[in-house]
Amino acid sequence: MSGEMGIGVSAPRTEDRRFITGRGRYVDDINLRSQQYAWFVRSPHPHAEVRGVDAADALKMPGVTAVLTGADMQADGVGPLPVAWGITSRDGSPAHEPEFPGLATDRVRYVGNPVAVVVAESRSQARDAAEMVNVDYGELESVASATAALEEGAPQIHEGAPGNLCFDWEWLPAAMAPDARANTDKAFKEAAHVVSLELVNNRLVPNAMEPRASLADFNTATGQLTLYTTSQNPHVNRLLLCTATLKMPEHKVRVVAPDVGGGFGSKIYHYAEELTVCWASRRLGVPVKWTAERSESFLGDAQARDHVTRVELALDAEARFTGLRVDTVANLGGWLSAFGPAIPTVFYAPLLAGVYRTPNIYVTVKGVFTNTTPTDAYRGAGRPEACYAVERAVDEAAVQLNMDPAELRRLNFIQPDEFPYQSPVGQLYDSGDFEGCLDLARKLNAYDEFSERRRQSEVRGKLRGRGMCFYIEACGAAPSQAAGQLGARAGLYEVATVRVHPTGSVQVLTGSHSHGQGHETTFAQIVAERLGIDFGNVEVVHGDTGEIPFGMGTFGSRSLAVGGTALYKAIDKVEEKGRKIAAHLLEAEADDIEFTEGEYRVAGTDRAVSFGDVALAAYVPHNYPLQELEPGLEETAFFDPENFTFPSGCYICEVEVDRQTGQVDLRDFVAADDFGNIINPMVVEGQVHGGLAQGIGQALLEHCLYTPEGQLLSGSYMDYCMPRADDLPNFVVATRCTPTPFNPLGVKGCGEAGAIGAPPAVINAVLDALRPLGVRQIDMPATPQAVWQAIEAARSGG
Amino acid sequence: MREFNYYRAGSVRDAAKRLSASGNAMLLAGGMTLLPALKMRLNEPGELIDLADIGELKGIKLNRKGAQVGATTTHAEVAENVELRAAIPVLPHAAESIGDPQVRNRGTLGGSLANNDPAADYPAVALGLGATIITNKRKISADDFFTGMFETALGRGEMVTQVLFPIPQRAGYAIFPNPATRYALVGVCVAQFKTGVRVAVTGAGASVYRLEDFEDALTDEFSEVALDGLTASAASLNDDMHAGADYRAHLVGVMARRAVAMALE
Repeated sequence: MSGEMGIGVSAPRTEDRRFITGRGRYVDDINLRSQQYAWFVRSPHPHAEVRGVDAADALKMPGVTAVLTGADMQADGVGPLPVAWGITSRDGSPAHEPEFPGLATDRVRYVGNPVAVVVAESRSQARDAAEMVNVDYGELESVASATAALEEGAPQIHEGAPGNLCFDWEWLPAAMAPDARANTDKAFKEAAHVVSLELVNNRLVPNAMEPRASLADFNTATGQLTLYTTSQNPHVNRLLLCTATLKMPEHKVRVVAPDVGGGFGSKIYHYAEELTVCWASRRLGVPVKWTAERSESFLGDAQARDHVTRVELALDAEARFTGLRVDTVANLGGWLSAFGPAIPTVFYAPLLAGVYRTPNIYVTVKGVFTNTTPTDAYRGAGRPEACYAVERAVDEAAVQLNMDPAELRRLNFIQPDEFPYQSPVGQLYDSGDFEGCLDLARKLNAYDEFSERRRQSEVRGKLRGRGMCFYIEACGAAPSQAAGQLGARAGLYEVATVRVHPTGSVQVLTGSHSHGQGHETTFAQIVAERLGIDFGNVEVVHGDTGEIPFGMGTFGSRSLAVGGTALYKAIDKVEEKGRKIAAHLLEAEADDIEFTEGEYRVAGTDRAVSFGDVALAAYVPHNYPLQELEPGLEETAFFDPENFTFPSGCYICEVEVDRQTGQVDLRDFVAADDFGNIINPMVVEGQVHGGLAQGIGQALLEHCLYTPEGQLLSGSYMDYCMPRADDLPNFVVATRCTPTPFNPLGVKGCGEAGAIGAPPAVINAVLDALRPLGVRQIDMPATPQAVWQAIEAARSGG
Repeated sequence: MREFNYYRAGSVRDAAKRLSASGNAMLLAGGMTLLPALKMRLNEPGELIDLADIGELKGIKLNRKGAQVGATTTHAEVAENVELRAAIPVLPHAAESIGDPQVRNRGTLGGSLANNDPAADYPAVALGLGATIITNKRKISADDFFTGMFETALGRGEMVTQVLFPIPQRAGYAIFPNPATRYALVGVCVAQFKTGVRVAVTGAGASVYRLEDFEDALTDEFSEVALDGLTASAASLNDDMHAGADYRAHLVGVMARRAVAMALE
């Protein structure tokens, strides 16, 4: 029965029926009686003192209930927005964590920084009144780029962070690896070849399809707060509301993240707007709703990437990698977002070994405050930056040594018999077959026939180039104890409850959250497979702290590896209890009962009882071992993984460049990924496609750009270029499988792979195409103008 | 969006009267620029006068001398018109390259010309073909119509009713799209008439403009080779995050050559 929709089947997504027929229920679809609307007054200045807020005119506007400020918030004892990860500088001092109030009290530090909120009976009334709020700003000098912010004499953004330096971090730290730095320097001294690159990893705006929204409903009679919000992790939002900001007891707060239209990281955090509507609802005694306009998403959603990196790779005479040195300046924005300091450090440096046996690696990262929107995790979160640095350097080495980039990689791969492999930057890689993936990708690309394709492109007047990337990433965050040692201020396990109803149908309550990933389908497949029941008899419930015991939510490709395993372990418990019930019903020993395809059977006999009958017996315990066993069939498991999981893969892409205009056209893209075991191949393929689209977007199209002072230039789709279907080729995707030994499902995670692996593959291809013209370097995004400028510069530079 | 009065006009006369009478009314044709501007609060008219019901503003008529296209004819209608495709293929080709299907089904010729977005396609084609813009008051040649960024020769109470396009011997329109908006980063329309060649450029400057040295060269000899050695000046061209003035000037040269090649196909 389960075989139809069990593990490994491309089951059509259960949730799609409601999504594609307009029956989804998103936060903005929820309306409550007496609901009022919030509109935020935001700073138009990148950096300014807030000397005062005069709301007198706004309060006279029709429909206005209140105008609230940071001072009001402070007076009510609301705490600052929390930083969820503490980073320690190499001198042992903690990163500077400025107090980030939901509404500015004395200073604003980026354009869009919330200053006040207007609550009114309608959205447009709130907006009209917001225009009448007079904020007395004292403009201050400002700076948007992290490298400029580090310069002598740069405007100073936080008093506690001289030179705008939030932290100056190294990896591995001297305390853990006293010789890492010296050994790496020595490798460079002794190297036969050294390649060195200066790279910019461009800033991005996440752009989930559904803008953020929050609707808070404080019940003045019960003291209960219900928050409907666009969250990837409602329990985390509740935790932070209760412990850090509103400081209410958890049993009085329910957070619901209903259907959510995409997150990509940007909906992980406890944002100012969400906090403000909760507080406003509590203070005013009415439900308060805020729904972002797209323009607000551009200003207010945590942005991403924005690194400037120097990467150096040392090779011996046989082209084996002997050392890697990476020095990165990371732009954190005007305040620290929740995971802001963790992304360019502990989610970045530990991946810099890539898939290679480089023995000596030393990394330094400076986290810098600037007058820009805070940065944080976005699809890949640190790993795309790491992969880009490594894979650009490897390609550059291949060029300088005149080697085939595939062969240089092959020469340096970690070998299959070396797993689990301890990397010099602190990761224990679980499994992988890099040569296998490389060979698969080469085959799909028809690697050896490239010169013919290049010739055909030349006939059409186009320059053809091919680029490769071999990524590895860490999914399934994370072992809580390891994360805690690295500064995490929360545990990172996951929780699942399997509730078997008397008739044998099953409800799964999962702490993972689906905002597009398809858990309602894939988690049900796991249950159908394990319990041998019909896929249609399983319902997956997520996104409501009122229903689900606990959870850490969905980010970092962790849902299946951690949440799926919690589910797996809860099913183990259900199966075990069922075995005891079945043993009683069959008058046999539990040890003699086997459970296959939905039946408990006395081994070697035809005496069997179905899972449904066992469930019924658990709820109608007439014939039941009540002395030994409680009635009912519902089990919960918390799963805290032993390690991350490490998906890897080889991407090859081919581009054609129009040398007259600089236009880059993607002609072919091949992805050969190793995600371990796969529950639903179609869902995985969709994840790869989406990730590739975002990675290609970063490489060719997307650019979040500020003026030097911090005014956002790319503040709408008129300037921020999102990938469209016709920007993308037909992807050729395939998988190989080396199951991870670190979870019983053998699954690794696939959500971020495309966004991690695509950018270096695309840029390596663009450079390959332009190399005959003398172009050696280009930064992302390789827009037509950037490509044309690179061609012109190479031409005039001789 | 702020509150405004909505008025659905029954005739050109009615619309013009209403427009003259009101201090801050605006005409609504397709609304493809106006509605987003209202939502962004960049425009705050007191009244919108909707032209959708006015039959005399719609339709395409062709005779030996040229095509007459009503102001509220949509881009899709122009793009699909079989007679236009035969007589002046550059016009439906340009219409086809505007926006996406939704925009082409709503956006109108008159709306586009009256708006005179510096990156719009129709102004280049109108200027390149030497069209005549007919208003409720007079006839204005395209050379006089486009006066500056989002500015035209239209006076108060004046509205575009028809546009007359002469039939060229051959013509081409090549566009290099802005990656984000797909508007023209640079678009060049080249049209050859017995009297000479016209070359009009959109996207590159504050408003659509003609390239006289390119016109002279192409009048002498209508070929890509005729443009050898000619470059467009970058002086006073647009400079933004997508393209600096020098890149735009370069693209003008590339697109002009491609428009010639297209015309010769």
